[in-house]
Amino acid sequence: MTIDSMRAAPHQGDDGGPGLVQLLTPEGERVEHPDYPLDVTADELRGLYRDLVVVRGIDREAVSLTRQGELGLWASLLGQEAAQIGSGRALTGTDMVFPTYREHGVAYCRGVEPIKLLGMFRGVNHSGWNPAEHGFHLYTIVIGSQTLHATGYAMGIQRDGVLGTPNAGAAIAYFGDGATSQGDVNEAFVFASVAHAPIVFFCQNNQWAISEPLERQSRIPLYRRAQGFGFPGVRVDGNDVLACLAVTRAALENARTGQGPTLVEAYTYRMGAHTTTDDPTRYRLKSDEEAWKLKDPIERVRAYLAREGLASETFFRSVDDEAKAVAADLRKECRALPDPPPGAMFEHVYAAPHPLMTEEQEAFAAYLDTFEEVPA
Amino acid sequence: MTTLTLGRALNEGMRRAMEEDPKVLVMGEDVGRLGGVFRVTDGLQKDFGEERVIDTPLAESGIVGTAIGLALRGYRPVVEIQFDGFVFPATDQIVTQLAKMHMRSLGTVGLPVVVRIPCGGGIGAVEHHSESPEAYFAHTAGLRVVACSNAADAYTMIRQAIASPDPVIFFEPKRRYWDKADVDLDAPLPDPHAAKVVQPGTDVTVLAYGPSVKTCLEAASAAAEEGRSLEVVDLRSLNPLDIDAITASVRRTGRCVVVHEAPVFGGFGAELAARITERCFYSLEAPVLRVGGYSTPYPPSRIEDHYLPDLDRILDAVDRTFGW
Ligand SMILES: Cc1ncc(C[n+]2csc(CCOP(=O)(O)OP(=O)(O)O)c2C)c(N)n1
Ligand SMILES: [Mg+2]
Repeated sequence: MTIDSMRAAPHQGDDGGPGLVQLLTPEGERVEHPDYPLDVTADELRGLYRDLVVVRGIDREAVSLTRQGELGLWASLLGQEAAQIGSGRALTGTDMVFPTYREHGVAYCRGVEPIKLLGMFRGVNHSGWNPAEHGFHLYTIVIGSQTLHATGYAMGIQRDGVLGTPNAGAAIAYFGDGATSQGDVNEAFVFASVAHAPIVFFCQNNQWAISEPLERQSRIPLYRRAQGFGFPGVRVDGNDVLACLAVTRAALENARTGQGPTLVEAYTYRMGAHTTTDDPTRYRLKSDEEAWKLKDPIERVRAYLAREGLASETFFRSVDDEAKAVAADLRKECRALPDPPPGAMFEHVYAAPHPLMTEEQEAFAAYLDTFEEVPA
Repeated sequence: MTTLTLGRALNEGMRRAMEEDPKVLVMGEDVGRLGGVFRVTDGLQKDFGEERVIDTPLAESGIVGTAIGLALRGYRPVVEIQFDGFVFPATDQIVTQLAKMHMRSLGTVGLPVVVRIPCGGGIGAVEHHSESPEAYFAHTAGLRVVACSNAADAYTMIRQAIASPDPVIFFEPKRRYWDKADVDLDAPLPDPHAAKVVQPGTDVTVLAYGPSVKTCLEAASAAAEEGRSLEVVDLRSLNPLDIDAITASVRRTGRCVVVHEAPVFGGFGAELAARITERCFYSLEAPVLRVGGYSTPYPPSRIEDHYLPDLDRILDAVDRTFGW
């Protein structure tokens, strides 16, 4: 092979390409893939549908709470529900998730109550759950950082000597297409590869890093990066909940049995703005959004369920009602979320007593008291 | 005179520098088509093209590292770090390379790179979007560190930073981006590292830079109503520091309060306090007092007003200098 024949053409947006693993087409046709056979019961299918609709409802509610000033910001998962529910439902209790700030669907699968996700976006805390309780680490805003944490965690699993046993777990790191440019992410790939660590790198390629399209980050499809680091990479239809489930399940199982890391590229689309402060009309075409609307992750499951007679109109209505009820509860709980007391900023900065904290905390309290003493 | 927001003034300053020197480049995340998340680079890519206004891959170390390479090849990159909290991946390139290359090369290699960093809190943001990391960089020899506080300064200071033969860390007060002021686009350029008395006074010198300057001016107005005269000095430059202007003021007033958003402990105010004490020991009626963030990570936004120095905390410190 000559150097010239190996040179990649500048990457252009594509439809996912021939390597794309798909088990449910956008039209809702069930197709088979030789490497990823998947048996799902009607019950499981309905469960996945329910998950997708409920998390979309939670997300929509959070967007509207932001518009009404109840939240300062929200990073919507609209369009990425299948990538998150498919991969999230592949997890077991012993796995550990390292999310970005957009993994509301995965959080949902890990049993993190939706209200707990809202705190940091409302500005009342920096996180709302105990990671160990849910096998779901804190949201990470600094792009790419968590991929190294996930890798180190996986190296810990290795050292526990549990791989290949029922107690084995895997780490799974979520990150975006933009994140693949960060040094941290590339270092995570190197460390994981060298250690042969039990980790799944789950990249949601939603085609955008704020205003920058994928071609600003890569000349080749992202899943192919893995090969250069020495582990397998696979591209899955990120809007196909069944394919995401099957592929992530296989990758996790590989990790748990000591076969090393896998990069999963979930090929999807960020249907909304980057966050509620972003205005995508400045940098992308409505027609792209329209084209991706036809690949909606929920519609195809619904079409399949209906066509195969696996779910009735009553079922669909009950799911919609449930999503509405969850959203209504969330709205109520969000409005009731109290502001932290001002002194909360001094809490938990250190694990052990710290004299400067004590000093500043006392001075702060005394300062606040001076206001109360002022006669009206 | 034109009325510009601070953000727009920066834009006009960069535009002018790009017109005057074809080697000036702008690079960073989302700076091109979007014009930056704060729109500070709005329209520059449209007018100067993608070769000069580069939407970079998402990697801060890469951004600063390649800016260094471009500078080695004769360009003058103006780098945007999207938010203060995201400069840290680039810290290695800034501290170990950018700051030291001129000295290591015995002066043969110059790195005219500007690193623009929107800084400070008060915009109700999630974590990592409200930090004030200036002390790290002021502590690093080889970097010039400046902080603008208003539109008129923003316009001249960014041009001077770009013209500087040394690397410049350029702090922009993000919550003041939308504040308007009259800007004389043809005014002569002042000394880029001179401090400025923005409010003359006689009782206490209040030192500030960046976003805190406006807060201090408000405190000065409030103090005036109570018959106390604050002299507010906008440092504009942290490194080099205009220590002569500072000492002149403190010798006149005999009292000094330093205000910044960064935590007080190990903060830039400590350097000011030490220098002022050395130079003005016999003029001081009270120790130099510091008002700033607490020694905690930046808090959740709903309580950030308690963390940020405000009018009351500044006036409280002023009072304390009189009670000594
Ligand atoms: C180190 C760092 N630099 C910059 C940012 C600002 N920022 C937040 S999200 C984002 C784009 C991320 O794109 P991608 O990784 O594709 O994830 P997505 O938001 O699309 O889910 C950027 C640049 C950040 N959070 N962290
Ligand atoms: Mg993305």
